[in-house]
Amino acid sequence: MFRNVAELVELAVSQNKQISDIMIEQEMKVRRTTREEIMGLMERNLVVMEEAVEKGIKGVRSHSGLTGGDAVLMQKYIEKGNFLSGQTVLEAVSKAVATNEVNAAMGTICATPTAGSAGVVPGTLFAVKNKLNPTREEMVKFLFTSGAFGFVVANNASISGAAGGCQAEVGSAAGMAAAAIVEMAGGTPQQCAEAMAITLKNMLGLVCDPVAGLVEVPCVKRNAMGAANAMVAADMALAGISSRIPCDEVIEAMFKIGQSMPTALKETAQGGLAATPTGRALEAKIFGIPLDKK
Amino acid sequence: MKYKSVFDIIGPIMIGPSSSHTAGAARIGRVARSIFGREPKWASISLYGSFAQTYKGHGTDVALIGGILDFDTDDERIIKAIDIATEKGMKISFVEEDAITDHPNTARVFIGDDQGELELVGISIGGGKIEIIELNGFELKLSGHHPAILVVHNDRFGAIANVASVLAKHEINIGHMEVSRKEVGKLALMTIEVDHNIEDFVLSEIEQLPNILRVTKIVD
Repeated sequence: MFRNVAELVELAVSQNKQISDIMIEQEMKVRRTTREEIMGLMERNLVVMEEAVEKGIKGVRSHSGLTGGDAVLMQKYIEKGNFLSGQTVLEAVSKAVATNEVNAAMGTICATPTAGSAGVVPGTLFAVKNKLNPTREEMVKFLFTSGAFGFVVANNASISGAAGGCQAEVGSAAGMAAAAIVEMAGGTPQQCAEAMAITLKNMLGLVCDPVAGLVEVPCVKRNAMGAANAMVAADMALAGISSRIPCDEVIEAMFKIGQSMPTALKETAQGGLAATPTGRALEAKIFGIPLDKK
Repeated sequence: MKYKSVFDIIGPIMIGPSSSHTAGAARIGRVARSIFGREPKWASISLYGSFAQTYKGHGTDVALIGGILDFDTDDERIIKAIDIATEKGMKISFVEEDAITDHPNTARVFIGDDQGELELVGISIGGGKIEIIELNGFELKLSGHHPAILVVHNDRFGAIANVASVLAKHEINIGHMEVSRKEVGKLALMTIEVDHNIEDFVLSEIEQLPNILRVTKIVD
């Protein structure tokens, strides 16, 4: 069983395998079952992700009214063709937003690694799919590669906003996605680790400050930018750029930053954007509580 | 290692918006239902900390009732769970508690019917994982890091040994086990954490043993 990214990369390199294969083989041992069954279980997650994106792109709205409809706006903007950044990046943004808007509207999603950060991995996967035309199996393997890096983060740091802030949720999700994009694009296991490191480095310190305590504002847009971050970091790693700080040390830094982050900024809706005048006013309106009672 | 499976990271499939406030809440309700063994006629739920602060927006209330109706985290009926339960005649009440608990996401679930009652305290620790810390006054220490089974049994000689033998026969390793009882010779509770998920047929086998009243699985 690999305990960190260095061991994960070493296992893949020494056996001349992909990161996803190492994760699949480990899961086979843990569950004492066949590769087919493990692939089948992950395929079910993939189907849920596809359905969520499809639903979100058509337009949804949350019960609070705080979020919804942005995936539609982004999709229409892409179709006009006058965008400034790249199409694949914007597709990833639109699909990540779609997933999180469905989540906020109490739709069905697959937590990757959490519900609040569920947009990044599928958003990038379906965007890159249009560019690279992967097989169904390669798409399922994308989720195992993401899962392998998430597994390391979950065991050595945290994937919970309450424990480590948004860097632990969307930060982890973006790093996981970047690594998986690199593998799908034909990069090496080491390049996957570099992409994860570059992404996570740029998410360090991100706090969890949801308005009214709801997984909506700023979560939906943080998923959008997590997806964009992952796409660019993957391109950087594929260009041969490496992280001066090794991936495992970035993960450890994220953990320590999370520990020293004030509680008000860890999913308690007490600080940050939640505590802005507008954030407080929205909270009072949603829960029907007068502002002076808060 | 806290997380053992890739499906803890990519998964669970669930109704949004929060893995801790929605999926975790549904799992707490479902464990209560599962241990109770039937659909209760009433449910009185106390919410603490972040659960009390934000339950309406997160659907923590519908998720808890959905769990009590035996809906899984990905069952879309969760959204309408309170309506469904009310139609079935279930009396439901929620209490927002001010008391400070050790964990911010804590729920006390009190359910029952004319034949019995059950009181359980659960906490939702993140990513949909939960821990049950109290059951009918028995204190538990379920870490939530492993699959576990709860066995309600009569406090008699051999009850524990019989359960252990069945697990041994199926090569299931016990990671942690504790037994608690309120009075000698009366009802007791075995909490057994194991290394791998247990198949349902093993649970039925345990349930058929003498002095075993109910067996419930808490999936990792």
